[in-house]
Amino acid sequence: MGAVTEFLERLGGRATGAIHRLGFASRFLLLTLQNSGMCLRRFSLVTREIYFTGVLSLIIILVSGLFVGMVLGLQGYDTLERYGSSSALGVLVALSLVRELGPVVAGLLFASRAGSAITAEIGLMKATEQLAAMEMMAVDPIGRVIAPRFWAGVISMPLLAAMFSAMGVFGGYLVGVRLIGVDEGSFWSQMQAAVDFREDILNGVIKSLVFGIAVSWIAVFEGYDAPPTAEGVSGATTRTVVTSSLSILALDFMLTAFMFRGA
Amino acid sequence: MMKRKTLDLWVGVFVAIGLGALLFLALKVGNLASFSAADTYLVTANFDNIGGLKKQAPVKSAGVVVGRVENIGFDTETYEATVALSIDKRYEFPKDTSAKILTSGLLGEQYIGLTAGGDTAKLKNGDKIKITQSAVVLENLISQFLFSKAADGSKEGK
Repeated sequence: MGAVTEFLERLGGRATGAIHRLGFASRFLLLTLQNSGMCLRRFSLVTREIYFTGVLSLIIILVSGLFVGMVLGLQGYDTLERYGSSSALGVLVALSLVRELGPVVAGLLFASRAGSAITAEIGLMKATEQLAAMEMMAVDPIGRVIAPRFWAGVISMPLLAAMFSAMGVFGGYLVGVRLIGVDEGSFWSQMQAAVDFREDILNGVIKSLVFGIAVSWIAVFEGYDAPPTAEGVSGATTRTVVTSSLSILALDFMLTAFMFRGA
Repeated sequence: MMKRKTLDLWVGVFVAIGLGALLFLALKVGNLASFSAADTYLVTANFDNIGGLKKQAPVKSAGVVVGRVENIGFDTETYEATVALSIDKRYEFPKDTSAKILTSGLLGEQYIGLTAGGDTAKLKNGDKIKITQSAVVLENLISQFLFSKAADGSKEGK
């Protein structure tokens, strides 16, 4: 009997803890949005963070995009060739990249490349009491530290996803047309006939924007919420990657269900 | 710490590449360039049966895409499907143009084919295409075939 009560108590504690954290995270997001006036006026703060989150993620995004596109080209050709429709390779590569792989894989890479860095940086700032020092100097740490990083992530993510998709299409073109020898004209023309700007490309951009908001939110929150110890920061960094990866995949399912349902 | 100028430069390059990638997707991968929604005119057509026609399906004349299906509705008075077509302003059609629902390939998507008539007056925004031909529904085709077979059989029996 005692074991059951203890189990239920622990379960309840977990549940209230999770709800408490979710509420704190929501209030934190609201606070960030309220205090982002300064960083939007002094845009150089955001520019600096875009350099760290966006520009430094360029290499990994471009190279992975190229390879994902090349693999799609090889695998897609292998499958389509069986049905004698290898000229639809462009459609396959472009649609899978623009709709799903571009936003999702770029989001996952962004979470592990930039999100973890943001969490570690903010967590260390908190552990070394830099945030407290700012508050002492009457500088709002949320407006000065958190909001620029949040907005930099939100701005960088759609751009990175677009680059990933474009690079992937180029990779598919390299393998499909240059290496295997699918007809170049039908590769591009079938792609253009099948990919719709509003239906496919714009929805992909919306997806990547949502992922950008989710990843940046989780990253700054975990950093701000991290216990000010070495283990605390490392744990928060891990949590950022795990939580944001899971939420990207879950959000992707929901967005896909809304955007491409039947149509 | 990096200098402000170089940092700004890199961020500028980053944003430019990102927007360039988006432009590439829109123009080279997507169909934004091939059809602009800006200058079109709307005409409607009633069909007995539209089969599997969908919104945004192409409207073709002589195989060339001249417009898109804008909207599909149902007329509760005639019990027919009303299809609104937005056609590019560059292409004018005579008033007695006929519209057919066709299928590209054996299992391909359905589209609307326009065949121009001989009238000198042109279709204008809001006009209605009077001569239409419905989509071919496979079940109807099979049952027609079977009925005509059966009719032939009974004639021979006499």
